Amino acid sequence: MIELHNVSKSYGSVKALEDVNLRIDRGEIFAIVGHSGAGKTTLLRILALLEKPDSGKYYYKGEIANDSRKREITMVFQKPVMFSGSVYSNVAYGLKIRKYSRKEIEKRVKEALKLVNLEGFEKYNAKRLSGGEQQRVAIARAIAINPEVLIMDEPTANLDLVNATIVEEVIEKISKKGTTVILATHNLFQSRRLSDRVAHIFSGRIVEVSKTEEFFENPKTEISRKFINGELQY
Amino acid sequence: MELIISGIQQALHLILTANPDIMDIAVRSVRVSGFATLLATLWSLPIGVAIGLFNFFGKNVVKGLFNALLGIPTVVLGLILYLMLAPTGPFGFLGLIYTEIGISIGQAVLITPIIVSFAASSVELIEREIRELALTLGADNIDASIAVIREAASGILLALIAAFNRAVAELGIAIIIGGNIFVRDSALNTRVLTTAIQMYTTRGEIDMAIALGIILLSIVFAVSLLSNLLQRRLVRA
Repeated sequence: MIELHNVSKSYGSVKALEDVNLRIDRGEIFAIVGHSGAGKTTLLRILALLEKPDSGKYYYKGEIANDSRKREITMVFQKPVMFSGSVYSNVAYGLKIRKYSRKEIEKRVKEALKLVNLEGFEKYNAKRLSGGEQQRVAIARAIAINPEVLIMDEPTANLDLVNATIVEEVIEKISKKGTTVILATHNLFQSRRLSDRVAHIFSGRIVEVSKTEEFFENPKTEISRKFINGELQY
Repeated sequence: MELIISGIQQALHLILTANPDIMDIAVRSVRVSGFATLLATLWSLPIGVAIGLFNFFGKNVVKGLFNALLGIPTVVLGLILYLMLAPTGPFGFLGLIYTEIGISIGQAVLITPIIVSFAASSVELIEREIRELALTLGADNIDASIAVIREAASGILLALIAAFNRAVAELGIAIIIGGNIFVRDSALNTRVLTTAIQMYTTRGEIDMAIALGIILLSIVFAVSLLSNLLQRRLVRA
């Protein structure tokens, strides 16, 4: 579904990504793991079409990915950003942009909020919710538009255990519905629990892509083995 | 101390009995500065929002210029405008010197940097995260820009309030361009609160000066309070 061929990206003299090659299949949960500053977020931003690579090709469903694909791919950020207003208006935003009928919007918002355990929160001021609740609103807002690809950048990094568990359950539910989930995390336990395949990124380079169990049980590279064992110096 | 206390007592009497001269000056002040704010908003808001929304060559220079102009002394600006609008000046033919409109235009020039800088900062502060959020939810660039402006609305409102307060409280332009003219029941009056306070103080009519000072402060506080309430409503909406 998604393919990256030799994608590189620099910010000034800093090389954020170097010759990244990836294939992500439809419907899988694909985890991107690596230390802070390894290039996970840059990679996600390119996949979400928020940034263009300096070189290399990004293919989506066999064609060069361009802005016309923006409505099929959405992203949930590490720090949830809320629009001013109610939880309802936040979750409804993408649906209003797509000009859905009011009835359809109400239905989808209700379903999305139910999925993230926020039923009855429609009228709450989104900016006054806790961090965990805001993250769940952000996820509800993303899944309300029924994206083909959901990209999540450290979705549970700032959450307590209860909220993190809810978010993980939601990821599993939406994956079962057929949505492709790309998840960046430095939480190895989470990537092992959730993902079908794992890519390990180190200093802007993909050093390994494997099936999850294979990656944790029998990593192909020494860097990945050290990373899993917490021995990697960077 | 006695002078202050009796001044305040007399001032309150003048306000409570709605002294016609004081009311006339107060209404004119609000009208002149309100029009100045409206006028400046017409050109400053689009400029400020554009600076906040778009990246272009020389953006930092433009921002720096408007920021530097925030502190321009009103008497210097008044002098420059006087030279422009005086009968012998390049815009003398417009007949704006010693008129309410003349003061409004002068104040509009004065508050332009306030609206531009504050509006640009409010938009810039949230531009990236709101734009990216809107884009990831399927918005095109126009929808994303609208989302950014909506989110910056309370900051923009604050810019307009700050601009009005600066205009209504300035003295230099009002006195140089307006001339502090006051003839009872005349349509040509240009006396506003600040010029009147300055005049009554130098003439020793402290009660009138204090009464006008109280009114000026009340206007500034009332407008700020109103903007606060509006901001809260905007955030809730």
